[in-house]
Amino acid sequence: MATTVIDDGLPVAVPDSGSPLRTQRSGENRAGWLLSAPFIVFYLIFLIGPALYGILMSFFNTTSVKSGLGAAVGLANYREVLTSSAFWGSMGHTLWFTVLTTPPLVILAFVFAILAERIRRGRALVRFIFFAPFVMPVTSVTMIFGWLFTAQIGLFPKWLSDIGISPPNFLGTTGWSFITVALLTVWWTVGFNFVLFLAGLQEIPTEVYEAAAIDGSTPRKTMWSITMPLLRPTIVLVTMLQILASLQIFNQMYLMTGGGPGTSTRPVMEFIYDYGFSDYRAGYAAAATMVYFVIVLVVSLVWFVLRRQTRKTVGA
Amino acid sequence: MTDNSVQRRTQPHPSPTRRTIVGAGLGAAAAELLSGCGSPVATGLFGLAPPSDKLTYWNLFSGGDGANMAKMEKVYERSHPSIDLSATTLSWGTPYYTKLALATAGGAPPDVGIVHLSRLDTFVEAGLLTPFPADELTAFGMPATNFTPRAAQKATVDGQLHAIPLDTHPFVMYYNIPVCRKAGLLDADDNLKPIHGPAELTAALLAAKKVTGHYGGVVAVIGDPATNLRYFSTLYYQAGGTYIADAGQKITIDNDKAAQVLTFMRNLTKSGLMPATINDAGVLSLFSTGKAGFLFDGEWDIPTYRATPLNGKFNVVPIPHIFGPKPVAYADSHSFVIPRNSAMDKNRRAMVLTFIKTMLENSLIWAGGGHVPAWTPVRDSAAFKALKPQANYVAAAETAMYDPPAWYSGAGSDFENIIGAAVANSQSGVSSASSAVGQMWSGLRPYADAKAPVG
Repeated sequence: MATTVIDDGLPVAVPDSGSPLRTQRSGENRAGWLLSAPFIVFYLIFLIGPALYGILMSFFNTTSVKSGLGAAVGLANYREVLTSSAFWGSMGHTLWFTVLTTPPLVILAFVFAILAERIRRGRALVRFIFFAPFVMPVTSVTMIFGWLFTAQIGLFPKWLSDIGISPPNFLGTTGWSFITVALLTVWWTVGFNFVLFLAGLQEIPTEVYEAAAIDGSTPRKTMWSITMPLLRPTIVLVTMLQILASLQIFNQMYLMTGGGPGTSTRPVMEFIYDYGFSDYRAGYAAAATMVYFVIVLVVSLVWFVLRRQTRKTVGA
Repeated sequence: MTDNSVQRRTQPHPSPTRRTIVGAGLGAAAAELLSGCGSPVATGLFGLAPPSDKLTYWNLFSGGDGANMAKMEKVYERSHPSIDLSATTLSWGTPYYTKLALATAGGAPPDVGIVHLSRLDTFVEAGLLTPFPADELTAFGMPATNFTPRAAQKATVDGQLHAIPLDTHPFVMYYNIPVCRKAGLLDADDNLKPIHGPAELTAALLAAKKVTGHYGGVVAVIGDPATNLRYFSTLYYQAGGTYIADAGQKITIDNDKAAQVLTFMRNLTKSGLMPATINDAGVLSLFSTGKAGFLFDGEWDIPTYRATPLNGKFNVVPIPHIFGPKPVAYADSHSFVIPRNSAMDKNRRAMVLTFIKTMLENSLIWAGGGHVPAWTPVRDSAAFKALKPQANYVAAAETAMYDPPAWYSGAGSDFENIIGAAVANSQSGVSSASSAVGQMWSGLRPYADAKAPVG
């Protein structure tokens, strides 16, 4: 999965114009650049470089299996992407997956974090249990769930038949395939959001709760008037991170359904993979990537705006 | 996913641990490189030649074919103990071809690989394969005349052989011997009496249906576009139809012929002679339990039916001649190719050619999986002629028609999925014949209009 780098948004100290401080700062600057040089080199070579090359490729009929850019085609690739029902279909599948996974992954993580925070004994064990699935590699997770959900011999179909419910075809129909992969994803990644919420909850000073208790606040009122507002930055952060992560769905879908039946569950990342690698149309796939990038960028900008507003109201 | 720090409570400034992460990553990568001298990683990164006694071979065979291939590899390893054969089986279809193409383009291909002949043209056009000059093949005892002519012809691109065919695997007709005997469709030796034309096939299916009480015949319709394509293509090619021309840039579907064939196929399901909505599992169940007298399927499923109670009670023949002036069988072939590779020298190539020759000479083992060997010394041997039912449909290999060449066609391709899906819609009655033909056109249109990535 791609890495989402989040700017933590902490204010940068404005440099003073005094001269001794300036030399000190420039020395610090040099050290800073030197220390980050290894990362910057990697970033340029493996992220910025390929991204720029991708933009260039999107204007050419580039082929994955031949060197060079191929013939220039102007905006033809973009025109084909924007008018392709297969592309927008897969974009729709990605959005549907995001809609299916984001609410449970945010709400469940929140509920689990609240409950785990209240436990007095074995807190570490509970945290470990919720976070443990997240460290598993996607191949193992999909293999386990593949066996659980497989028709005829899977554990879930068997349980359902045992209690007299005829099991749906979990991986053979479009509707259920989405739900199956969403269930897998919730189980697998809820631990990450859970940890973020836990950290947010621990940030709330206990004095506030004590004051509320002294004032005779009910647990529900404490939740609504203290926990929720003070946790708002974390809620916004988790929600946006989750939307961005869900928009990048590829691994689980590719491994569980291969985008099937047909291409009815193929997410947009797999569309790009299929066209860029299986069909050798690197230039066209690069154009599709750029369109997808713009869409994700818009979502990120929404987060940016929301975060600024949150900071203003919370005053952090 | 994200490496967002969660230590805000103890530290006002979250301390990114990216450096340690990168450091750890570098360490791991270095460790892998060090431990992998002579490994594919080292070969790929530094262009080092692989050890001279190691032969890498990629294929896509699992199941019965995979077991047979492993047996043939054993034979080779026993006769060439000094060579370390490293055979890798990858997922069938598009994933395999994607990996083979990108590994070759990336300069780290296997020494020898398997390619379906229906996929060959694209690989050649992309410049991923090396040709086999006629004198080289003769020198290694594999003259082109020793192969099934249709397969050798399909393996020839731009006037040169680019693949060495291993087999031809046609789409065929299975029949249940007790059912067909009762229906009076067999001769004195229990062989199926010749069936010719749509009326005779319909009559045979009707006679079988009367015996089984369920269906006359069966073919997978749901969830199996490839089988739909093969079944339709057999009859459509017989009728003289074509799909595409100019390496896929032009659609040449003959609407009338396609509609005629689809209507015939739909009538069989509409009248209840064959089930209209059935998947692979249902097909296996119906034919293996004698609820259908005939089955249209690939010969590679013979081992599957041998493992059912039907073992010994079925026979396999080419699909009858239904339309057009001459019989045609839809088929594909597995073949050996040598990918373009800067690390390939004369000695290594000789090693690969010897490997291929050994495989061909032992292709009687391969025929056990239902395939017709392309290597005529085996195909014409007494041992193969005694191999039933394989020997029954050698004729299908001689009249084989393949998927048309295009960058989007071939085994497991988008072409097969598009045509197959339209045929399934017609067979199950979801779409009329003419609208199914329309779906073929509209499905192929974006591919034909797109600028071809190769060629």
